Amino acid sequence: MKKLTAATAVASGILAFGAGAATAEKLTIGLASEPTAMDPHFHNLGPNNAMTLHIFDRLVDQDEKQRLIPGLAVSWQPIDDLTWEFKLREGVKFHDGSDFNADDVVCTIERAPNVPNSPSSFGTYLKGKSVEKVDDYTVHFKTAEPYPLMANDISTIRIISDETGCGAATEDFNSGVAAVGTGPFKFVSYTPGESIVVERNDDYWGDAPIWSEVEFRPISSGPSRVAALLAGDVDMIAAVPTTDIATLGGNDDLQLSQGVSNRVIYLHMDQFREDSPFVKANGGGDIKNPLMDVRVRKAISMAINRDAIVERVMEGVALPAGQLLPEGFFGVSDNLEVVPYDPEGAKAMLAEAGFADGFEMTIHGPNDRYINDAKIAEAVAQMLTRIGIKTAVETMPRSVYFGRASRGAEGDLPEFSFILVGWGAGSGEASSPLKSLIHTFNPDKGFGSSNRGRHSDAETDALIEEALRTVDDGKRQDLLAAATERAINNVAIIPTHFQVNTWAAKAGLKYIARTDEYTLAMGVVKE
Amino acid sequence: MTVFVIRRLLQALLVVLLMSVIVFFGVNIVGDPVYMLVSPDADQADIAATIERLGLDRPIHEQYWLFLKGAAQGDLGNSFIFGEPALQLILHHMPATMELAFTALMLAIVIGIPLGLYAGLYPDNPISKGIMAGSILGFSLPTFWVGLMLIMLFAVELGWVPATGRGDLGTFLGIESSLFTRDGLSHIFLPALNLALLKISLAIRLTRAGVREAMGQDYVKYARAKGLSTRRIIFVHVMKNIMIPVVTVMGLEFGSLIGFSVVTETIFAWPGMGKLLIDAILQLDRPVVVAYLMIIVLFFVLINLIVDILYSLLDPRVRLQDQGT
Repeated sequence: MKKLTAATAVASGILAFGAGAATAEKLTIGLASEPTAMDPHFHNLGPNNAMTLHIFDRLVDQDEKQRLIPGLAVSWQPIDDLTWEFKLREGVKFHDGSDFNADDVVCTIERAPNVPNSPSSFGTYLKGKSVEKVDDYTVHFKTAEPYPLMANDISTIRIISDETGCGAATEDFNSGVAAVGTGPFKFVSYTPGESIVVERNDDYWGDAPIWSEVEFRPISSGPSRVAALLAGDVDMIAAVPTTDIATLGGNDDLQLSQGVSNRVIYLHMDQFREDSPFVKANGGGDIKNPLMDVRVRKAISMAINRDAIVERVMEGVALPAGQLLPEGFFGVSDNLEVVPYDPEGAKAMLAEAGFADGFEMTIHGPNDRYINDAKIAEAVAQMLTRIGIKTAVETMPRSVYFGRASRGAEGDLPEFSFILVGWGAGSGEASSPLKSLIHTFNPDKGFGSSNRGRHSDAETDALIEEALRTVDDGKRQDLLAAATERAINNVAIIPTHFQVNTWAAKAGLKYIARTDEYTLAMGVVKE
Repeated sequence: MTVFVIRRLLQALLVVLLMSVIVFFGVNIVGDPVYMLVSPDADQADIAATIERLGLDRPIHEQYWLFLKGAAQGDLGNSFIFGEPALQLILHHMPATMELAFTALMLAIVIGIPLGLYAGLYPDNPISKGIMAGSILGFSLPTFWVGLMLIMLFAVELGWVPATGRGDLGTFLGIESSLFTRDGLSHIFLPALNLALLKISLAIRLTRAGVREAMGQDYVKYARAKGLSTRRIIFVHVMKNIMIPVVTVMGLEFGSLIGFSVVTETIFAWPGMGKLLIDAILQLDRPVVVAYLMIIVLFFVLINLIVDILYSLLDPRVRLQDQGT
């Protein structure tokens, strides 16, 4: 894991060095999952969001650690409680030669939430916000209540041109007619299932990319992706299967790039039903749900050997987790440590809660969503069985799992009692998991939408809501950290580890690993 | 002949209707596509809006009725994930699968029948025994494993052909296919061979069995007594008689080549319908799964029809029988 920090440290230096070499060089990348469209507002989905970043820019960019940096906006700040002012970059041109200005921003913000047939709309980020052109290079975003995360939300929206893009349909982007952005690459071709080709934008306002042409090829099967790299069909692949990491790492013709992601894998416990469907007394009788007792939840956390999960199940490619995001992210607490493995202490804690002989339950999890998800569920079950909580394992495909875990029981309630899930913080800061996983389930305010254990604590809620009203960065950071501490101390969820992603490339190429798990040609550098 | 075709078409319609019930209900009771679509950041209101937009809040019989109404007008629904009509999506991926299946079938015929003929004519020859042993391997080895081994051998170790993808397309007689370019041929070789292995074995076994049976029959003995050349006996008289089962089975197998190239297409990242199907299943893109299965049902029905027509051309007795009804 030490390699990771070293890699990112040299990366910025290499970027500056590589920028000067504008030669004809082609790069081919094998992707694990394919975007569903070239329309940057069609589908709010990781592969789409990564791919469209090649062609389009956003007002606020996120660097490889998801820190906010200037993109098409050079600066942004709140000018009063309800208004954010964004100053736009001047002299930027779209690929068709037209100028970028405030009109493009206004029409983009109008189009993004309203794309027909969109499976997952960007409206999520634009709710309650209105945009207003002040002059050609200034726009104001207004909200009804103070809103500190404006720049984070705006960083999810790719800017299209008011001349070619705003009136276009998704098909026009897929055919390339409307795929005209300001980004570092220009659209060349998109053949679904087969390839996506882009070429360098020599007039890019930022550092021009070192690759003159980039081809992305979706190869969903892990072994085939590795074989394509070994055969030289592609120069780099994303999502190296953990079982192949050791072999590829030992190959002198190849080079691995790794980086921790914003995704925490955690356990969620039913904390709202006295009679939880998958928790039983020893022998199968009914029992008052022990997971409602914080001591039992603490005991479970202490019984989990996170180092063993990382070393054995994840083959060393993960980080043990003690909170919602890895260190370095905004809103992370400095006071929280990874809970040490302590089976004896866990047994004592269980006895104190009145469950000296343990009980029985079932852990449910997906088997095709997170890296090694089913194996982790099995490992957790064994560890809990060791302290007397006899745990059965049931895993299923994600297409079945998430529906049942979210609203499988009567009244659209979560069906399971004890589940394994993951959460990637798209905004790159702690309010994302706090709002969705920890805050009390509240459809009216849109809070707790993924709170499948229905944990509820008024004081934590108050901290989260205050943070979401606090525009001052320093104060907000403290509030988020305080909310995280309270949630972790109440064992609202049990984090197990942070996922680490692995890319593999030909020797001489290195990928600047990103916490948002995107695979970007701009991040492929030569050494 | 016309009556025969019309009757078969009516039967086909019934089969398709029955299949639509089974497929639609089967696919729609599994899983929940909503959580496969919405972003994790979506709040409860977004999720409710998605459920309503996809019509998943309606009772299933109502959804089926809407599907049938659309299907009658040639609309099999929109893909949840791509937002495009499912039918269009599948038709778009069809050429890639067709050319793969066609190439595999050709390989099966060109390799399988001569080898089977040889093994049938000289059953005790060690080469024949080798062919038969090889055909057992073709039957019994799992496709995904053979596919990976082919990639490891021909692409990674020898570097002769690329490991994955479809390659450049060429146009000939208005048809766009990777069979018309060198690059395309080098891409199609491995997946087609992988897909063909089982069919080659099948062709070998069928041909061999047919030849062995025919060689002992009276008409062959008579032809020999008449002094016909061995070449003429084998290629005119024997072949004609053994081709009926071979054509039947190969025709049906062509259907399965198209319908079930899923594994091969996934391993070789071949952008065909099978790959589309497996992605749709994993992501629970129900309209695409339903539309795909409906199309495959239609395929099988059509292929069976064509095989029946070919029969009547190869075997006059079938023709006569049919005229009687």
